[in-house]
Amino acid sequence: MAEKIIQVKNLVKKFGHFIANDHLTFDVYKSEIFGFLGANGAGKTTAMKILCGLSSPTSGEINIAGFDVYTETDLIKKNIGYMSQKFSLYEDLTIEENITFYAGIYGLSMKQIKEKMDVLLSKLDLQDSRKKLIASLPLGWRQKLAFSIAIFHDPKIVFLDEPTSGVDPITRRQFWDLIYEATHHGITCFVTTHYMDEAEYCDRISIMVDGRIEALDTPDKLKEQFQAENMNDVFVKLTRN
Amino acid sequence: MKRFWGFVIKEFYHIFRDKRTMLILFGMPIAQILLFGYVITNEIRNIKIAVYDKSKDEITRKIMQKILSSGYFIFEKEIHSEDEIKKTFKRGIVKEVIVFDEDFSRKLERNKTASIHLIADASDANTANLIVNYTNAIIRDFQSKEISKQIMPFQIIPEVRMLYNENLKGAFMFVPGTMALILMLISAMMTSISITREKEFNTMETLLVSPLKPIQIIIGKVTPYIALSFVNAITIIVLGSLVFDVPVKGSLVLLLAETILFITMALSLGIMISTVAKTQQVAMFISMFALMLPTMLLSGFIFPIENMPVVLQVISNIVPPRWFIIIVKNIMLKGTGFNYIWKETLIIAGLTCIFIFISVKRFKTRLE
Repeated sequence: MAEKIIQVKNLVKKFGHFIANDHLTFDVYKSEIFGFLGANGAGKTTAMKILCGLSSPTSGEINIAGFDVYTETDLIKKNIGYMSQKFSLYEDLTIEENITFYAGIYGLSMKQIKEKMDVLLSKLDLQDSRKKLIASLPLGWRQKLAFSIAIFHDPKIVFLDEPTSGVDPITRRQFWDLIYEATHHGITCFVTTHYMDEAEYCDRISIMVDGRIEALDTPDKLKEQFQAENMNDVFVKLTRN
Repeated sequence: MKRFWGFVIKEFYHIFRDKRTMLILFGMPIAQILLFGYVITNEIRNIKIAVYDKSKDEITRKIMQKILSSGYFIFEKEIHSEDEIKKTFKRGIVKEVIVFDEDFSRKLERNKTASIHLIADASDANTANLIVNYTNAIIRDFQSKEISKQIMPFQIIPEVRMLYNENLKGAFMFVPGTMALILMLISAMMTSISITREKEFNTMETLLVSPLKPIQIIIGKVTPYIALSFVNAITIIVLGSLVFDVPVKGSLVLLLAETILFITMALSLGIMISTVAKTQQVAMFISMFALMLPTMLLSGFIFPIENMPVVLQVISNIVPPRWFIIIVKNIMLKGTGFNYIWKETLIIAGLTCIFIFISVKRFKTRLE
C-alpha cells in the first residue's frame, strides 16, 4: 500500500448543537486524486477548512503530510496548496506579479521564482502576456493559472475547492489534465466537486451525507456496490436514502 | 521579513493602479484643506452696507469714513427714507443698513447722547451677528478716541488681546481639524476597504491558508497606508503654513510623533470595521457615517464642545479626533511641550489598544 499522506480518525466538528462533521475517518494516499463529494451543506467545506488549518476541529486525530493539525499548523501550511472556487488571483496585478507575490509568501527566493516562472509560462503558453493584468485574461486561463500558482511551491498536497465551477466542458477537461500532471509529480490532489462526470476522474471518492461519510471507494467499485450505471446514480441513491 | 515586504509591494500596486484610491488619497486632502480654508471662515470681508443719514453732519461723516476704511465693508448706496430700508434688504445685496438720527452732532453735544441704528439682514444669523459686532466695535473705537476726550472726564478702555491667534484667523481653527478629519477618513476608510476587498474577492482565504500569520497579513495591508497618511499629514502642515500662515510653534518632531499615534489609532479602527463589514461598500458606508460625522460635529472641529448638551459632551469623549485636535492646537499654536498633552496622548493610545483588542478577538472568532 502506498504512503498515507492524510490520516483522519474520528474527526468531529460542532457548531453549538449542530454537528457539521460526525466522526469522519479516512486516509488519502500519496499521489492520488481523492474526490470529496457531497450535497451542499453536507459538511465538505467545513472538513476541508479543518484539513487546511483554517479552522480547528472539535475532536479527532488528524495528520496532514506528517504533521499534527493541532500543534503543527505552521508546518502544514508550508506543505499544502489551496485553490478555491472563486479563483484567488488579484485582477489588478499582472500574471508575473501574481506569481511573484504568491511564491514570495511561500518563502521562495527571487532566483527560484524567476526560473520556475519561465518554465511555467512557457508550459502554459503565456510568455507573451506575462505583463498583462489578470483582469484581461479569459476565465479558463485564469483558472489554469490559479491552479499552477497553487502548486508553484511544490506542496505535498493541493486542496481544490470546486475548482471548475462555472467553466465550459473543454476548459474543465484541460484543467483535469493539469491535475493529472501534478499527481505525476507526486502531488496529492484533494478535490471537491459538483460535477459527477469529474468524480469519475478521481482515483477514489468519498461521499458525504449529513455530516457523515456514507461511501468511500474507487468509482468502479462504488458503481458495483450501488448497482448503478454511473456516478450520478450512485450519488442520487445515496442521498435519497 | 522578505515575505512581508512582498506583501507590502503588492499592496502598493493595488493603490497605485486604482485611480479612485489615488484620488481619495491625494486629491482629497488638498481639496479639503483649500475648501475649508476658503469656505469655513469666521472673518467677514467686503460686506455691502447702505447708509440712511438723517443729519449729514461732520461726525456722521467721520464715523462712516472710519467704518468704510476698515476694509470689512463696502459702501453700496445711500438711502433716503424708512421705506427704502426694507426694499433694500429684500433685494439681498446689502447686509447692513446704518441709520443716523437727525441732528446727530447737536444732540451729542447738548444731550451727550445720540443714537445710531444698526439694522442687519439676519436671514443668516451668524453673519448678521458678526457684521453688527464689527460695526459696533468700530463705532466704540471712534467714540473713545474722537469724542470722549472732549465730553467725558474719565473713561475705561478695555484692551483686548486674542492670545495664540491675534487676528482671529479661521485657518488656525480648521487646519488642526482638517488634519484630524483627513487622517481619520483616509486611514480608517482605506484600510477597512482594502481588507474587505480581499474578503470579497476570496483572496483572503488563500492568504489565510498560506504560511503568513493573520497578524502579518494585517500589518502588511496597513503599512502602505501608514506611509501614505503620514505624507498626507505633512502635506496638510505645509499647505497650512504656506497658504494660510498657520505656524508650527512647538516641536515638529513631537507633532509628527503624535500624528503617527493618531494614524495608528485610525488604522486599528479601520481594521475593526473590516471585521464587521463583509463588502467594500458596507465598509465605506460605516466609515463615512460612523467616522466622518462625529469627526466633523462632535470633535470640537467646527462647533465648540462646551456648548453641546451634556449627552453629546459625554459621547464626544470617545471621539478620538477631539483629543487629537487639542494636541495639534497645543503644539502648533501654543507651542507647548509633551507635559501639557500627555493626558490626551494617553487617551488616544488607550483607544488604539481597545480597537486592536476588539479586532483581534473578532478576527479569531470569525476563523473558528
